[in-house]
Order: sequence, then C-alpha cells, then structure tokens
Amino acid sequence: MNCTKCKTKAVIGLPRHNAAFCKGCFNGFVHDQVARAIKSEKMFGKEDRILVAVSGGKDSLALWDILLKLGYRTDGLYVDLGIGSYSEQSHAKVTKFAEAVAASHGAALHLHTVEQEAGAGIKELAQLIHRPTCSTCGTIKRYQFNRVAIEQHYDVMATGHNLDDEAARLLGNVLHWQEEYLDKQGPSLPASVAGFAKKVKPLYRLSERELAAYAVLNRIDYIVEECPMAKGSKMLQYKEVLNRLETESPGTKQTFYWGFLEKQSKKQPTETTMTEKDRAVLHPCTSCSQPTTAGVCSYCKMMARAKTVVPR
Amino acid sequence: MQVQLSHPARTVEVKGPKKVKELLRELNLVVEAHLVIKGDDLVTEDEMLYDGDQIEIRPVISGGSPRFTPHVSRLTSQE
Ligand code: SF4
Ligand SMILES: [Zn+2]
Ligand SMILES: [Zn+2]
Repeated sequence: MNCTKCKTKAVIGLPRHNAAFCKGCFNGFVHDQVARAIKSEKMFGKEDRILVAVSGGKDSLALWDILLKLGYRTDGLYVDLGIGSYSEQSHAKVTKFAEAVAASHGAALHLHTVEQEAGAGIKELAQLIHRPTCSTCGTIKRYQFNRVAIEQHYDVMATGHNLDDEAARLLGNVLHWQEEYLDKQGPSLPASVAGFAKKVKPLYRLSERELAAYAVLNRIDYIVEECPMAKGSKMLQYKEVLNRLETESPGTKQTFYWGFLEKQSKKQPTETTMTEKDRAVLHPCTSCSQPTTAGVCSYCKMMARAKTVVPR
Repeated sequence: MQVQLSHPARTVEVKGPKKVKELLRELNLVVEAHLVIKGDDLVTEDEMLYDGDQIEIRPVISGGSPRFTPHVSRLTSQE
C-alpha cells in the first residue's frame, strides 16, 4: 500500500477516507483534522489559554502533542485517581510527556490527587459513600477540571474525546431515547454561566485507531492498559458494535456522528437555548460556589460524606 | 512468528508467511479496533509477515465511562 499523497510506502490505511498515508502525510492529515475541528466549531484561538485534561492514555496525550505542535498555548491537568498500579503507571506516562515534550514548548502540568483531598482513592471512596466508582470518578474529574480552569483563568478546557467516544455515546443515547442528552453532545460547549469553563473536544473528527497510530508513530509513550474499572462497560460494547459495522462499511461512525451534528446545527440555535436553560437552573454552590442545580453541589456533598466515613 | 497480544497480555505463535489482514482474521480481530506493529513500525493490512518477525497487535479501544463529562446540568447518561 502506498501513500495517497506522496506515493512512498504507507504506514496506515484509512478506509473511511479511501486513503493511505506515510508517517509525514499522516501527521499532516491528523493536524489538519484538528485544525478543521477547532475552526469549524469556534473552539479557541491562538491567544487563548487552554487547559488539556490528560489521563496518560493515547487520546489525551496525542491531543496535547497536537495542540502544542499547532502552536496553541496549553497546559495539562492530571487527576490522580489512586487506582493502584494503573494510576501509578498513567501518572508516570503523563509526567514523562510533560518533561520530555511539553516543557520545551513552555507548557506546565497541574496535578490533583484524589487521595490527598478525599483521604482515600476513588475505589475505596466510592465504596464508602455507596456510589458506583465511575460515577464518583466522573463527579471528581468534572469538578476538578472546572475548578482549575476557573481558578487559573484558562479560557477553555479541552478533552481527548474522539469520534469513537462520541459515536458510542450517541448510540447509547439513541438506543435509550435519552433525547434530553442529545442537545449536549456537541464538540463545543459554551461557558453558559459564570463559574463554568468553556469545554471543547478537538479530536471529534479522528477515530481511536487514528489516534493510537499517531501516538505510536510519534513515539508518544502512553498507557495501553485500561482503567480496571472500565471492564465490561456499556461504552465498550457500543464501540465494539460500531467497529464491526465500520470494518464492513467504512465511514459508518463519521456518518452517524457528524450527520447528527449537522442535523442539530440546522435544527436550533443550540448555544442560546442551552445557555438559557443553564442560567435558569444553575446557581453557586453555598459551600464552594461552583455552579450547581442544588444548594450544595454534588462534589461538596460527596466530600462531606467522605469526611464522616473516611478515617483520617 | 511471535505475536504479542493485550487484554490479557499473552504471546501466540503463528505460522508465516501471512498478510496482516489474514493474521487479524485468523485471530478473529477487527481491523478498526487494532494496530499491527512489526518491530517498531506500524504496518498496513496488505503487508506480508514472515516467520521470525516480531509482531504486536495493539488494541486501540479504550472503554470506560466518560473520561470526562460536561457540566452538571449536562450530565450524560453513561455514568
Ligand atoms: S473507567 Fe471509571 S473509574 Fe476508570 S477512569 Fe473511567 S470513569 Fe474513572
Ligand atoms: Zn506521504
Ligand atoms: Zn460545592
């Protein structure tokens, strides 16, 4: 197989684009897809300060790498969940990337350690407060990313969600007809109220396979192991099904997700309605002042409960 | 050839010569969910693999619930 562009030996075939690329042309393709995403969804500009949520996995490290190479002002944030060797390894990968790559671009790494604040790692914490681990994890990450973005005055925060993540999530929402979630599946969510950072997903045009290839080709050392909590998750099942379809009919995932985005954009002026809805229901948490629909936000409630049950 | 697999980590011996595409099919693995690495290099599906090659088949799908979900009022369904 030869590169569609320069005719040298290809390293990866991209059936959904009816193309194959050598390393150089593939990097060009990836950077181009991200640049297009940023522009078409008005995510951020060269002056903006961007906080990248990094987990040590391929997507978030590739995202940080791409944004640095495209010349954006980015710093990283890693949340140490305290899940045994998985967290140790992923932390090490993030630190390594920050020192070897990001530092030379003048980018810094922020760190939040769950155990330090909650007195226990995420698994024990979830058990103690009787909530599923992933939901506890979601609350903590969401809260901490937003807190750092707001406190350190970042203009926007970026996450490594890719085409597969978004297509799988869309499939899940459609299968269960959770229409109320469909409005919120766009790759760019405005800062609807004071206290919430704008959130973007610059990788939504790239598949997981393409991002893994980018990481391998550019020698980005990422954690291949999964978070042990992910085993058997619904998301994984949806992704598997979609990848079977994709292999049979290339382009299925992008037709599904991008087609959805196109329909949404024609349907409604999403930003305003979503912003209005948010403004109507959100007000500052009485304890920490991050916006919430309740009096005390779910993060503060969780920490309060943790304090009563976690032996210090 | 030695083929290294993940989730769970294991090594299997496969007889060459064989195209990448055929190797994946034989192991019942979907192309879209895997990368094939020969030595240090990524290879395409039509590449011929021979006995003595060091092959890694790396899964590219990460599961998990949201690595991150949006705002409070925008809680997603997968938590
Ligand atoms: S799988 Fe669950 S616990 Fe692990 S990182 Fe994802 S949300 Fe958190
Ligand atoms: Zn080329
Ligand atoms: Zn609070």
